[in-house]
Amino acid sequence: MICVSIDKKIKTYKGQVRLQVEADFPAGSITKVYGPSGGGKTTFLKIIAGLIKPEQGLIKTADHIWLDTATNVNWTPQQRRVGFVFQDYALFPNMTVAQHLSYASNDQLLIDRLLLIGRMEAFRQHKPANLSGGQQQRLAILRALALKPDLLLMDEAFSALDDELRETLVADLKVLLKEFGTTTIIVSHHARETDNFAHRSIKIGLE
Amino acid sequence: MEWTPIWLSLKLAAITTLILLLIGIPLAYWLSRRRTLLKVFIEAFLTMPLVLPPSVLGFYLLISFSPNSSLGKWLLEYFDLSLVFSFEGLVVASVIYSLPFMVSPVKSALAHLPISLSEASYTMGKSKAETFYRVLLPNIKSSLLTAAVLTFAHTLGEFGVVLMIGGKLDGITKVASIAIYDAVENNEYHQANQYSLVLFCITFLIVILVFIFNRNSSRGPLE
Repeated sequence: MICVSIDKKIKTYKGQVRLQVEADFPAGSITKVYGPSGGGKTTFLKIIAGLIKPEQGLIKTADHIWLDTATNVNWTPQQRRVGFVFQDYALFPNMTVAQHLSYASNDQLLIDRLLLIGRMEAFRQHKPANLSGGQQQRLAILRALALKPDLLLMDEAFSALDDELRETLVADLKVLLKEFGTTTIIVSHHARETDNFAHRSIKIGLE
Repeated sequence: MEWTPIWLSLKLAAITTLILLLIGIPLAYWLSRRRTLLKVFIEAFLTMPLVLPPSVLGFYLLISFSPNSSLGKWLLEYFDLSLVFSFEGLVVASVIYSLPFMVSPVKSALAHLPISLSEASYTMGKSKAETFYRVLLPNIKSSLLTAAVLTFAHTLGEFGVVLMIGGKLDGITKVASIAIYDAVENNEYHQANQYSLVLFCITFLIVILVFIFNRNSSRGPLE
């Protein structure tokens, strides 16, 4: 469970606009966030992760208050420790697939399981430069999951996967997310991409 | 041929490069984050040795390190250290003079890494220091090498600053570049030729090593 209420000024080509979102995300749910491009969806995820600070906001989980601008509470990204799948994947060029996952987790059993789910066992020793776009995207998803996060934020996380691969991956991901009890927020601007994945959706627009 | 000037040059270049690796990399990191006006100002100031005539820099350093100045007096009284006409003085001057050659390539390489790399590492619970050593530094290896080599070569080729602040004391401050000038002044062209050839070979060897190391990179080794 996470409650978010934020207000942030962002600069766009149309000038300065305000990103205002108020939403609750029930525990274990998978929520799709959609809206016009350049509408602040990525900014919204980064605010939740603690990478961007809004002018005003309150973010609380079941146990903790992560952000409360009224009382000057602001947890660092390290304290919040969310799983984050970046739109540009943010893979580390110096690390192999296996090193990416062990940077996130010491649990070798979990790492092996993730490699299997992502169909990446054969590429353990490959660096990102030697992976295809779809493999890179899968690695980004697996690395975020290796944290066993309470909250998983995905920014256009399925865009480079073909339909068949996406569907099998989605089925496996759902099992894993249920097992971890992870609450998931996924940004997407493709209507069908998250069809079998998300339970609910909210629209983010700019005022 | 007397080998002491060559040895002095190499020692000076090695010590300067080592010191600049230690202070230049953190400085470059700091400068690459959040561009405030103050940082731009500081960076411009640190870049001055690149465009300033070495004699101007040498003159200012000579004035500020001389025992008549308050800084020179303080160093002498508390540390028994004189930075004029001494090897220590050459090291300090070289560090200042070669600073932009270390900081600029490293800063530019760090600034070109996608911001999402550090963001991803932070969300994984890693501190800024761990992110720096395990994610950022390993991904700018070739720029680090370029910076270290440029610093080394630039220090090897120093002349004006060294002459102003160190003079040409045999075995103490008379580095190879000054030995060449000295030999020519004394009409010892044969000796000047030997020193020049040795310097040429050393620097060429260094440059060729960098080019070999970076031969598969799309960027030129000096970028």
